[in-house]
Amino acid sequence: MSGYQTSFDLKRCLIDTVMAGLISLVVFGPIVGIVLQGYSFQTEPKRLAVLIGIVMLGRFCLSLFLQTVRGQKIAESFSKPGGGVHVLPPHHKSNLRFIIPILILLAIAFPFFANKYLLSVVILGLIYVLLGLGLNIVVGLAGLLDLGFVGFYAIGAYGLALGYEYLGLGFWSMIPLAAVMAALAGALLGFPVLRMHGDYLAIVTLGFGEIIRLVLNNWVGFTGGPNGRPVPNPTFFGLEFGRRAKEGGTPIHEFFGFKYNPNAELIFTFVVLVIVVLAVLYIKHRLTRMPVGRAWEALREDEIACRAMGLNHVLVKLSAFMIGASTAGIAGVFFATKQGFIDPSSFTFFESALILAIVVLGGMGSTVGVVIAAFVLTILPELLRSFADYRILMFGILMVLMMIWRPRGLIRISRRGYEVRKGVPPSAAHTRVMPTPVTGKEVTP
Amino acid sequence: MTALLEFQNVDVFYGPIQALRNVSLSINEGETVSLIGANGAGKSTLLMSIFGQPRAAQGNILYQGQDITRKTAHFVASNGIAQAPEGRHVFPDMSVEENLLMGTIPIGTKWVDEDMQRMFDLFPRLKERRNQRAMTMSGGEQQMLAIARALMSRPKLLLLDEPSLGLAPIVVKHIFQILRELAQSGMTIFLVEQNANHALKLSDRAYVMVTGEIRMTGTGQELLADPQVQEAYLGGH
Repeated sequence: MSGYQTSFDLKRCLIDTVMAGLISLVVFGPIVGIVLQGYSFQTEPKRLAVLIGIVMLGRFCLSLFLQTVRGQKIAESFSKPGGGVHVLPPHHKSNLRFIIPILILLAIAFPFFANKYLLSVVILGLIYVLLGLGLNIVVGLAGLLDLGFVGFYAIGAYGLALGYEYLGLGFWSMIPLAAVMAALAGALLGFPVLRMHGDYLAIVTLGFGEIIRLVLNNWVGFTGGPNGRPVPNPTFFGLEFGRRAKEGGTPIHEFFGFKYNPNAELIFTFVVLVIVVLAVLYIKHRLTRMPVGRAWEALREDEIACRAMGLNHVLVKLSAFMIGASTAGIAGVFFATKQGFIDPSSFTFFESALILAIVVLGGMGSTVGVVIAAFVLTILPELLRSFADYRILMFGILMVLMMIWRPRGLIRISRRGYEVRKGVPPSAAHTRVMPTPVTGKEVTP
Repeated sequence: MTALLEFQNVDVFYGPIQALRNVSLSINEGETVSLIGANGAGKSTLLMSIFGQPRAAQGNILYQGQDITRKTAHFVASNGIAQAPEGRHVFPDMSVEENLLMGTIPIGTKWVDEDMQRMFDLFPRLKERRNQRAMTMSGGEQQMLAIARALMSRPKLLLLDEPSLGLAPIVVKHIFQILRELAQSGMTIFLVEQNANHALKLSDRAYVMVTGEIRMTGTGQELLADPQVQEAYLGGH
């Protein structure tokens, strides 16, 4: 586009405004305009008029703004397809190297000023970051649509509750064990679905998630069924976080001689969780640069080509399922610890959809995007407590808008391009070691 | 000279339908062999049956004397048989260099810089576009990339499935020019092609396939001169 138009088209603005008003009438009319009172209902035209007025005014201002040069530029940047992965030059240095230390400092400072509520919200956010990162490997990188991800989450959470009850396992031993258990479950799911793609895969994984939930719900003798199961409190080298120790243990505040802090347990969970999230982020970052990470992405892009390249698609798919699942298993342990009590109703399909929404919203395959989206989708509902009834509506609107303007997610996936290493001469001694395509025949003895 | 790849009386079925009937052919080291035939003759099926997809119901497929009839696709692909699949199948969201990097899966990245350099010498167009995403390139460039990617694994045998598919005549000519260079450098090439004219001119030997059977075989020149082949595949002139 060469030039931007400078004159204002008032007629278009007015048409836009009227259209927006009509749409909001259709949307808000039945919801806001009609109020049920017992068996009768009452119309509330004033409330409706105010809402529609706000929408129309907003649309009018938006239309005017979009006709300014600046607005046109913004509109253009939205309408750009922008599709696909953005390949950065090999030596690109990301801004993240400044942002990450700041975030770590923030995380260290956070427990000092946060109250109990804030801590638990952020812990929930971090748990969803873990879940998002796990599903991101399966959906974002390997391109395998998984709608039953919550199953692995449940395995981690119940692993802690049942492991404590039957085997006496605690928080620390369950973190690695939950990862292993969830990974095994991932492999179990992975085998039958190796040949499936897209819709079929989605249906099978959906079924898998439901199976896990239904087993937990109905095997009353083992899992406690709908009554749920208590979860042990975490300990720090055998030190407890309660005011008074149970069963002869030592409370941490007595051992170190500081004042009892009722938030200590949450702070402890937060600290361990931050460390785990950072470790997972680092591992994921390394994995995407390793051959297996590239293999995942290649599998997402073209499975036929992958197999023609000699890639073992069984291994690649299973590794994606297993690593993704193990992350969810760890998240489950933290969730159970934070809640102190779990029951099957925490692991419904809605949870899977939420995790998938985090991945889609964040941008499939983009780590930064997933982290941001996880916080947005867990903290936003908390901030919007007063609109609790409309949370799902807002959620839906957000998703629709996303798909229109940012179909590839908030943050475009970008990765560093391949770097040709210096110092290897183009036709060096290797030619004698192995037949090459160009000189193959002459060189082979 | 032993054959690098040999088909011995291979039958292949898609469910109840027989796609290959008693096919026998051989490719010797250093040769360029092409397989020509009409749509649906079973050319691509033959090529894919090397990878066991679909698997041969009868007969054997030998590679360097070893029976690979029952091996998995990735085993075959990682043991010196590289393929530029039909319809190119480059990785759309990866850059040219990354696509080439994917080609090194069977042998590791030991020779990657050297080989990549060689590919850029062979296909200068790819060098211009080394950081461009594959989906943004033209069909001809994608085909070049698919061939270069196959060559990155230093194959003993290069399989090409319709490299001329959907390309402009001038681009086809260019691609075959490069294939000729490759063949002259000693690469063993097995070419499956509908464009009989180009394929036969390039090949040392060729097979003609009709409804799942090998009907004719001979050197490229012989088949080019054959009136039947001319009638059926070269537009009758």
